[in-house]
Amino acid sequence: MKYFNRLLVPVLLLASLAAVSGCKKKEKPAPPQAETAPMATAPAPTAQITATPTSISAGDQIVLSWRTTDADSVTIDGIGQVPSGGVKNVQPTSSTSYHLVARGPGGVAESTARVTVSGAPAVSAPTSGMSDDQAFHANVQDIFYDYDSADIRSDAQSTLSRDAAYLNSHPDIRFIIGGYCDERGSNEYNLGLGQNRAEAAKNALVNAGVSASRIRVISYGKEKPFCTQSTEDCWQQNRRAGFAIDK
Amino acid sequence: MKPYFRFIFPALLAYVGMFTQALHAQDWIHTGSNLGNARIRIAAADFKSANEDPQTPSLKATFDTTLYNDLSTAGIFDLVSKSMIPQAVAGSPQEIHLQDWAAAPASAQMVAFGALSVSGGKVMVNGWLFDTANTANSQILTRQYNETASQEMARTIAHRFADEIILRLGGGINGIAETKIYFVSSRSGSKEIWAMDYDGQNQHPITRLGAISLSPRISPDNSRLAFASLGKDGWSIRMFSLDLGRMVSFTGGTAGGSNFSPAWSADGNKIAFSSARSGASEIWISDANGGGPKQITAFRKADVSPTWNPRTNAQLAFVSGRTGLPQIYTMDQDGSNVQRLTDGGYAISPSWSPNGQFLTFAWNRKYGPGDPGGQDIYVIDIASKRWMQLTHESGNNDFPFWAPDGRHIVFERAAGGHSEIWTMLADGTEQHPLTRSGNNFMPNWSWK
Repeated sequence: MKYFNRLLVPVLLLASLAAVSGCKKKEKPAPPQAETAPMATAPAPTAQITATPTSISAGDQIVLSWRTTDADSVTIDGIGQVPSGGVKNVQPTSSTSYHLVARGPGGVAESTARVTVSGAPAVSAPTSGMSDDQAFHANVQDIFYDYDSADIRSDAQSTLSRDAAYLNSHPDIRFIIGGYCDERGSNEYNLGLGQNRAEAAKNALVNAGVSASRIRVISYGKEKPFCTQSTEDCWQQNRRAGFAIDK
Repeated sequence: MKPYFRFIFPALLAYVGMFTQALHAQDWIHTGSNLGNARIRIAAADFKSANEDPQTPSLKATFDTTLYNDLSTAGIFDLVSKSMIPQAVAGSPQEIHLQDWAAAPASAQMVAFGALSVSGGKVMVNGWLFDTANTANSQILTRQYNETASQEMARTIAHRFADEIILRLGGGINGIAETKIYFVSSRSGSKEIWAMDYDGQNQHPITRLGAISLSPRISPDNSRLAFASLGKDGWSIRMFSLDLGRMVSFTGGTAGGSNFSPAWSADGNKIAFSSARSGASEIWISDANGGGPKQITAFRKADVSPTWNPRTNAQLAFVSGRTGLPQIYTMDQDGSNVQRLTDGGYAISPSWSPNGQFLTFAWNRKYGPGDPGGQDIYVIDIASKRWMQLTHESGNNDFPFWAPDGRHIVFERAAGGHSEIWTMLADGTEQHPLTRSGNNFMPNWSWK
């Protein structure tokens, strides 16, 4: 059965390709909304972005490097329109996702590079001169999970106690906990898993004295990755609970 | 195309021959999915141009190609290659010489033929289906169609005629040539809900929300489309009316917590979905407008992706992580009688077959740390728990969804950095892509 499939599926594929292209030749031009015209001609764009290094201390520089093909318009969130390929030095003050979007006649391609910025020891982080967001991110750090698990790891427990200390000393801040997952498995199951990760982080903070009424939980599943490579490092970056001020 | 088919046909014949032998082990799937084990050999003649209108050639070409494609993908025919059909074009029963079609190399048991003409902005098609073995009373069916002359109507008429033939020769099961497939596409930038014809033609967006929208599910009467969308307050079930062409309210879908993965019951009266309004993701059921939501499952781990048994409207299959990695379970609609179907690995995205006998789902049997996540489509017989793998070593496959004829399954395949919608027969053969542009996910086949 396997052998037949290997032999025959390509043959059947070719047959269906031939049938489709044969039929297109005879058709009138497709209506503007139909998908047939662009997909026959324009190649899909590609996009790739990397950040080096991916983990720095506040104040350090990183190098962003990106490459695209078959795109008319290339943007990086927070930077704006950029050439189709290039290199740029940036100095992020908090953990940042550099999101590259390449648009062309053949579609849209995206890539994301995540840089984690660690501040000085959290509770005593200098906050003068920082914006609220910067101070929040310097002191309330994201936590990470094992694969297919919403259990709080021991390394996350110490992060969460520092997070709780800052949050308890700033009782006016309302915040969102986002639950994130790696790219493997289904979108739907990962929404459930991301929900459980965020809920687990919320419960730990509530147990540490943070009022539940200040917290909103949103699961992002695998829909908003920090990192888009298919590597174990990248998957670990994406298995997290992320904290943000609820505005 | 003709020389091409001359080359390919011996390969196909050899394939069919070998495949028939390999089949005995999988008779259960062929019987249960209405594919049967013996295919009828049928020929689809090029129709005759009955007049000289300038529109006739292009509409006839579209009609001929569509009819041929519909019959060849139906799953129940051995379609005669166009290079082997008799040269004389027959536009009516008086003009057809059945013995030419019954003789080698065509060797057709059945012939579909007829005539197409365009006049006064209308396209008229007369189609016949004849049995070549029954010379005394060979006509099996005849149909006449008279519609606005357009490419779209030429395709639609071919779909209707094909479905009549499939209904008559395929054991009284309705064809699917006029069904639609809804799916998620990010080709415009954000993930929106799109629709296309069952053969991949006519792809167009339904929503333009600029948010992330997932999991489209069309209602059994084709009037409303339920899906999940990410807003400021997280995920809610939203509803688009295809009749009105706009969003309509779905009250139970926004009550806080993540609400996603909606599923219609076959009577259109209930929607099951996953909601974390009580903490963890659980299965809930509401009425079709979102009223009266009731919690059905209660486990700390995630319960998601419900699908109704369309035969009984009383059981659901779903995915649960209650024992660790996600597995497929069934239960009664009051949450009782929970049964686990899969024995390990990472099992997700169930879809129930129209006759209630099977589930199709995605399974990574070796999932673990560092695993690249290769995942295939499977079918499981619910009563016996016998299963069969349908895709092999071809990318990462997910979200299989059963067609209403029980013979076809549409699914998502990610390979080479691209995710596209594919279709295949329910035994895993005849896999081919329906989309070729951008990234496309989570297909949903309409009920009719």
